[in-house]
Amino acid sequence: MNDNETTAPGESGALVSATPGGVVAQSQADAVDRFENPGLPPHVHRLADDDESAAKRAERQVATMFGLSMLGALVFLVAYFVVPDESTFYFPGIGIASTQNVVLGVSLGISILMIGLGAVHWAKTLMPDTEVVEERHLQASSPEDRAKAVASVSKGGEAAQLPRRPLIKYTLGGALGLFALPLGLQVAGSLGPTDVEELKTTIWDPSYNDGKPIRLMRDPEMTPIKLEDVTNGSVFHVMPETLQKFIDEGKHVLEAKAKAAVILIRLDPELIKVQKARDWGVDGTVAYSKICTHVGCAVGLYEQQTHHLLCPCHQSTFDLTEDCTVIFGPAKRPLPQLKIQVDDAGYLVAPQGFDQPVGPSFWERLR
Amino acid sequence: MNALAARRRHPAAIAVLLLLGLLVTGGAYSFFAPKDANAAPTVSADAVQDGKNLFLANCASCHGVNAEGTKSGPTLVGVGAASVDFQVSTGRMPLAGPNVQAPVNKVKFDETEIAALAAYVASLGAGPGIPEEKWTTVIQPGTPENNKAIATGGEIFRVNCAMCHNFAGAGGALTRGKYAPALDEATPRQIYEAMVTGPQSMPVFNDRNISPEGKQQVISYLAAQRDQTNVGGFSLGNLGPVSEGLFAWVFGLGILIAGAVWLGKKAA
Amino acid sequence: MTTINESRPAQGLRADDRRDEQVHESTKPLGGIAGWVDDRVGAAKGVSFLLKKVFPDHWSFMLGEIAMYSMIVCLLTGAFLTFWFVPSQTLVPYDGSYIPLQGVMVSDAYRSTLDISFDIRGGLLIRQIHHWGALIFIVAVFAHMARVFFTGAFRKPREINWVFGTILSMLACIEGFAGYSLPDDLLSGTGIRAMNGFVQSIPVVGSYVSYFIFGGAFPGEAIVPRLYSVHILLIPAILIGLFTAHILLVFVHKHTQYPGPGRTNTNVVGYPLMPVYIAKAGGFFFMVFGVITLISALFTINPIWAYGPYDPSPVTAGSQPDWYMGFADGALRLLPGWFEFVSWGDFTWSMNIFPGSILLLPIMWGVIGAYPFVESWVTGDKREHHLLDRPRNAPTRTAIGVAGITMYCVLFFAAGNDLIAIKLHLSINDITMALRTLFFIGPPIAFWITKRICLSLQRADREKVLHGRETGTIWRYPDGRFEEIHAPLTPNERWPLVQHEVPEPLQIIAEKDENGVDSPIARKERLRAKLSHFYFVDRVAPVTPAELEAAHHAHDEPHAALPAGEHEALESTGAGAERESIKADKRLD
Repeated sequence: MNDNETTAPGESGALVSATPGGVVAQSQADAVDRFENPGLPPHVHRLADDDESAAKRAERQVATMFGLSMLGALVFLVAYFVVPDESTFYFPGIGIASTQNVVLGVSLGISILMIGLGAVHWAKTLMPDTEVVEERHLQASSPEDRAKAVASVSKGGEAAQLPRRPLIKYTLGGALGLFALPLGLQVAGSLGPTDVEELKTTIWDPSYNDGKPIRLMRDPEMTPIKLEDVTNGSVFHVMPETLQKFIDEGKHVLEAKAKAAVILIRLDPELIKVQKARDWGVDGTVAYSKICTHVGCAVGLYEQQTHHLLCPCHQSTFDLTEDCTVIFGPAKRPLPQLKIQVDDAGYLVAPQGFDQPVGPSFWERLR
Repeated sequence: MNALAARRRHPAAIAVLLLLGLLVTGGAYSFFAPKDANAAPTVSADAVQDGKNLFLANCASCHGVNAEGTKSGPTLVGVGAASVDFQVSTGRMPLAGPNVQAPVNKVKFDETEIAALAAYVASLGAGPGIPEEKWTTVIQPGTPENNKAIATGGEIFRVNCAMCHNFAGAGGALTRGKYAPALDEATPRQIYEAMVTGPQSMPVFNDRNISPEGKQQVISYLAAQRDQTNVGGFSLGNLGPVSEGLFAWVFGLGILIAGAVWLGKKAA
Repeated sequence: MTTINESRPAQGLRADDRRDEQVHESTKPLGGIAGWVDDRVGAAKGVSFLLKKVFPDHWSFMLGEIAMYSMIVCLLTGAFLTFWFVPSQTLVPYDGSYIPLQGVMVSDAYRSTLDISFDIRGGLLIRQIHHWGALIFIVAVFAHMARVFFTGAFRKPREINWVFGTILSMLACIEGFAGYSLPDDLLSGTGIRAMNGFVQSIPVVGSYVSYFIFGGAFPGEAIVPRLYSVHILLIPAILIGLFTAHILLVFVHKHTQYPGPGRTNTNVVGYPLMPVYIAKAGGFFFMVFGVITLISALFTINPIWAYGPYDPSPVTAGSQPDWYMGFADGALRLLPGWFEFVSWGDFTWSMNIFPGSILLLPIMWGVIGAYPFVESWVTGDKREHHLLDRPRNAPTRTAIGVAGITMYCVLFFAAGNDLIAIKLHLSINDITMALRTLFFIGPPIAFWITKRICLSLQRADREKVLHGRETGTIWRYPDGRFEEIHAPLTPNERWPLVQHEVPEPLQIIAEKDENGVDSPIARKERLRAKLSHFYFVDRVAPVTPAELEAAHHAHDEPHAALPAGEHEALESTGAGAERESIKADKRLD
């Protein structure tokens, strides 16, 4: 029980504990030359303890706070019915503020706060402020109590014949170990479909358009884009024509959008240093996936002068002149490029989908 | 004539007169207003000459005497009047000193001078002109069509602008010290001009990318958002959770700790 | 042990009962209802015991209460919000009264949150109380945790409660994340989008886990309903259960107290629960609730109407999570991209994401939770501690804590690097590089500085005990010298400065086992001794009565004869105690 020794420093000397590992904890057990705890300081009276008028004053203050609380509650009750929804007023610092929120909130806040201030003020000024001493005892139970507890546990076990019937013991263990598995399987197995191959396709794939090239459409207007619309330095936020089908069919479109978002930019073709990037574009007009290869935010911040694309979430920076390779930040892979062409009507189309999965990395991405 | 004179005190007379006045001025405006905003505005040769003088005195050192561009400034041939109007009317130009990006500054010229400068630069080569007033007029909320236009403006804004300028137009950071400025000081005309010309880091949003109507809707959305009541109270700079967290730590916890100190202190 | 099937006549049973009742009726102290209840539950003894419980008073003990009360505020307002919130991602056209969104297709969750904000009277107030309350809850949890750490309140017997608290703080953060994701606005949707990226980065199973969580492809229509049941049912249930255990253990252990005259390790000095603490703690609940309400009346939080509905294509500049998730977001901003690699078999390891998002949380909370056990192993201290340490008197622990907070803050500020850039006109790239460096060199520097400050403060304490406190009165001597008068400390003033003990490093007894071979145990013990040396090598002993006596004698001598080097001499006494070379072993087995 040596471990459970509790001692007040400076009061008793038994401060040393030893551990079997061969290390000794030293402390100042032997340093007898220490100051003595001077004991509780004398109790100082408050104004209200000696002076009845001070006590009366405190009583009035507490009552005022409780009164203000009631007033606040009443103001709330009236304001709830009286203040119209659209009513506004000028509040210094806020500007044009909603009367309803301010009046309801301030009155409710005062009605609640004043109860607290009143109660604490009451406790501080009028309730006894003599400090009380409560003794502590060792947290551990006495050795007898422990022995008793151990005895009753083992006695109970024996009464149940647990030690004598190992068959029951092991089958019970097995049953308790297994019973949670079906429940776990049910929830884990049924949470969702696991067709993770979906992660590798987007609705830019011509199969979503009967094998025909897919037009690039303005987001959110969903109108097709002509090559000459895209002037130098322009940025178009683009969705595939196939998205319109999803919208028309009343499908939940966000899953498709989450992978299909594309950014279309035109720059001087001379600036594009990678042959493939130039080939997959038209006359310096290039299209890249807008979904960050880091964790999937929309990379929409295009700097016209530096030709950098910046992701606002974690600041991955992609260089458009280098086929969107990462030049800064936590992303590793370049943004996938979407090959574009001009169709007979002069509109921009994507003849094939992305050549790789878009968006954040995942384990089987390249498989 | 008598009949007219007799009715001149009729309660409806003033309304009729107003309507007539509006019709006449409106008709006159539509007749005289410039038909194509992209064409260089018809200005007198004097204005171009004034602009040239101003240009030589204030801009030529960086942009070259013929605005052909130098090492310290790009060519201005073909940037259009809109670009000049935007840069000079926001005080970005003339540039006070070298910087990663031209900051908003005190405006150095008055309106006629800016118009003259714009006229001169526009005379050097065709480019986006000063936008027509009808596209920079803010659509006021009220009617269902107007509300719909504002909501559409919001959608265009969120897709094309919010990633740089923030959801409330409070601005945001770009790479290497560059930034997208806050939009709360910008006038509708400046917003429109910025979209058409793509100043500095900003890309160009020409009229076939975002139509003039779309631009007007964006401008109206921003105005509606600006005029919107601060329903929740003080906006903490519209910077999102960072300022909210800072406020909770400093003010929220601070005031509650002050309360706890008061609570633990012995009364007098 | 008596059994109940002892047969007794029915008549006798009734007689017994009646006797019982008569006894109770004669001693009914609190009127009818309390007596009625006690007849049935017999709680009188427990209640009187509870009401006499003593609580020490100190403002820093209220940090935990702020957390508890703001949690209750959240539970209350959260229940209100469930009446109107619709946890569904079905797209509907918005037709409420917020003009800039009218006619836009939004999810039902977003629409109903807009309705709470604009069309339900007082709804915005309740929503803002809920969100501000949540922020202040987690702020207070962290502040409370720091208080417990720096005062050593986690030491035996309170290690279990520290672990409970650690789990509670982690759950609070997850609860908050689930909560602010519910409105399905652009900002929180971007957060969920990033969360999907985190989950996908898990090696081997990532994409499957993502499909489980989202019920299919991101974003799907399942995530908001699922987060809803996590937010209002699952985590609150665990939170409340653990929190109850947390509070029960506080009652069992009795609250710790700061050292002071009359306060010892075997007592607790303070005010009884009834009436003082009920009034103070109960009153404080209303103060916390009231302050949160006033903040919510005047300060906007999470203006989801301005963010717009979630859509994967748009994004806003300054996309950040709520502050308590900031450190993980910051870690992601600092991790370099080249950590991602492809291994044999074409498997992708997203080590630029996985450590900062998925691993960081268990690691951080694991280290925090394990700290008391590590410290007690290193210090060899197995005693119960009910008196708190003044942080300066545990310099190494304090320095470790500050180093940890520094590391946390570097990550936290990294999450706001774009806002720092725009507000301070700096380059975001430079800030990121600087924070990457600071992540490694900041904590050691913070450690060193904190430890030095702690030791200096201890020396200042010694100085104060030996020479008294400065009175501000300047005395001019006849010979023209000036000297400030120092007033000696009273025993009560002196006690907090001299009461602490100064542990010394553990020593190795057996280098080798009996065969002269390095046993694994010996190796472990050597590590332990090394760590213990690290903890306690620098120390300043408190003033002893003898030292004080000596200082007084020096003062009593005529001033003219005061040796010029008096101060230095005394300082070296202090320094002598510090860096004291380990003396002969004192083995006490």
